[in-house]
Amino acid sequence: MLKKKDLVNELRNFTVNFGPQHPAAHGVLRLVLELNGEIVKKADPHIGLLHRGTEKLIEYKTYLQALPYFDRLDYVSMMSQEHTFSLAIEKLCNFKIPRRAQAIRVLFLEITRILNHLLAVGCHAMDVGAMTPFLWAFEEREKLMEFYERVSGARMHAAYIRPGGVSVDLPLKFLDDVYYFATKFIIRLNEIEEMLTNNRIWKERLVNIGIVDYKKAIEWGFSGVMLRGSGIPWDLRKTQPCEIYPELDFYIPVGNNGDCYDRYIIRIEEMRESISIIKQVLNILQPGPIKYYHKGQVPSRLESKVSMEGVIHHFKYFTENLRIPTGETYTCTEAPKGEFGVYLIANNTEHPYRCKIKAPGFGHLQALEEMTKGHMIADVVTIIGTQDIVFGEIDR
Amino acid sequence: MNFKAVTILTKALPIILFQKYNSEISLLIRVKDLLLSLFILKKSILYQFSLLTAISGVDYYDTKYRFNITYELLSLTYNARVRLKIFLNEMEAIPSSVEVFKNANWWEREVWDLYGIFFSNHPDLRRILTDYGFEGHPMRKDFPVYGYLEVFYDDVHKRIAMEPIELSQEYRVFSFDTPW
Repeated sequence: MLKKKDLVNELRNFTVNFGPQHPAAHGVLRLVLELNGEIVKKADPHIGLLHRGTEKLIEYKTYLQALPYFDRLDYVSMMSQEHTFSLAIEKLCNFKIPRRAQAIRVLFLEITRILNHLLAVGCHAMDVGAMTPFLWAFEEREKLMEFYERVSGARMHAAYIRPGGVSVDLPLKFLDDVYYFATKFIIRLNEIEEMLTNNRIWKERLVNIGIVDYKKAIEWGFSGVMLRGSGIPWDLRKTQPCEIYPELDFYIPVGNNGDCYDRYIIRIEEMRESISIIKQVLNILQPGPIKYYHKGQVPSRLESKVSMEGVIHHFKYFTENLRIPTGETYTCTEAPKGEFGVYLIANNTEHPYRCKIKAPGFGHLQALEEMTKGHMIADVVTIIGTQDIVFGEIDR
Repeated sequence: MNFKAVTILTKALPIILFQKYNSEISLLIRVKDLLLSLFILKKSILYQFSLLTAISGVDYYDTKYRFNITYELLSLTYNARVRLKIFLNEMEAIPSSVEVFKNANWWEREVWDLYGIFFSNHPDLRRILTDYGFEGHPMRKDFPVYGYLEVFYDDVHKRIAMEPIELSQEYRVFSFDTPW
């Protein structure tokens, strides 16, 4: 007999497929959302739609050929990743990098940081609904990419920072233009802040959204802005410094509440700090060698024209490149998105035996479910924006 | 990590081998001691390696214990890093460390996907990076770089199709070890 309790329908949550072609998904994130009304009950990110097998490919390349793959991982903070890979190789080979090369590296690392944060803040604002800062940010990014172009010939995938130094010296009048940019950029930044920081809509969308307290942040293995937003003063530029960072004077902005708004403010403040670092580096820069010259390094143009040995070294460098003695290292630096690490195993051949890439976004995205749970579906977009996700590095 | 902390560490944990690369410390332990060691390193007041940075697999295909899994731990309090290594063969499963470190979830899924190492007690062991319906474990050394299948748009059937790959030329890896 039919009983009354059998007639009661069980409520089922509504399942929505978010992405992979949604513009707010920052690339190719496919998110299976389970909704109760507008409230997110479950979020299951499906990643791997941009998987190119970088780690596998690197095992079949020489160390120099593997370098450009790092540009293409997180394609908005290119040089900081080449830098990590170069540092890993330098650690295994015990290279000593000349001071000018270090200063140039730091200069470009900070340019890269601004490049990344401009995109992060700009696209975040656009996802949330403010179109204008995005346009301003991209205009500034264009100028920064011009700096990339002037030293390497490529606007984005520069392959400029190489094991042992940088590939070429800075062009003439380059530093003048960097200085000019650094003085003007603050004004643009103020304009962006004027639009957003005290904007009522912006605040309503960001304050108290996606709160991560410091315990959660450590539990989920966060790094970079996500960790600092939760109130942990941890920046690898200060705690485990590389290059000339110990000599520079800068501070680390730290958040209070661990919500999206704090992380936005931190990104803005970090850009200001980067400008200050750039100005300091401009004062430090002295003429000098830009490469660590040794037998395995590419000889200068002149040398490869006039000496037979130079020709041989040139040929060996571009065919065989380095032969790194057996060893392994986990090297990490503070990329704009967080801790970017390279776990490199060398086995005394010209190919890396294993090159594991620790991408910061991978760790952040797996906390997406916990961060979005209980929020509205519109807040999912905010949280994806605040995590500053780029799929090149997550899918590798 | 200073010398004293390391000395205590070697007494507290069942370590088989203690390795040092430049200034990076790496500890080799047995599979059965893994969870306990991770727990001690995480909770002990002396170390507080409370942040798991990454888990990575390595394939040493010609050795007895084929796979090596590496856990990178970071201590925010003492500003130190340590690397935990275990070796296991193809038939072995390894206990999942999700109970100890929450964020081991995706890293272990990645190792499962790319190397085919099974993690017992893992809450959600699915493939993560490769395509839906992918077969094989691509990061193993015996998996060819070019794969087994090629994807193309089938104009007759108007859909994406896959076929076994056909190379007009064998893939060549140039090694400069012994040119003659």
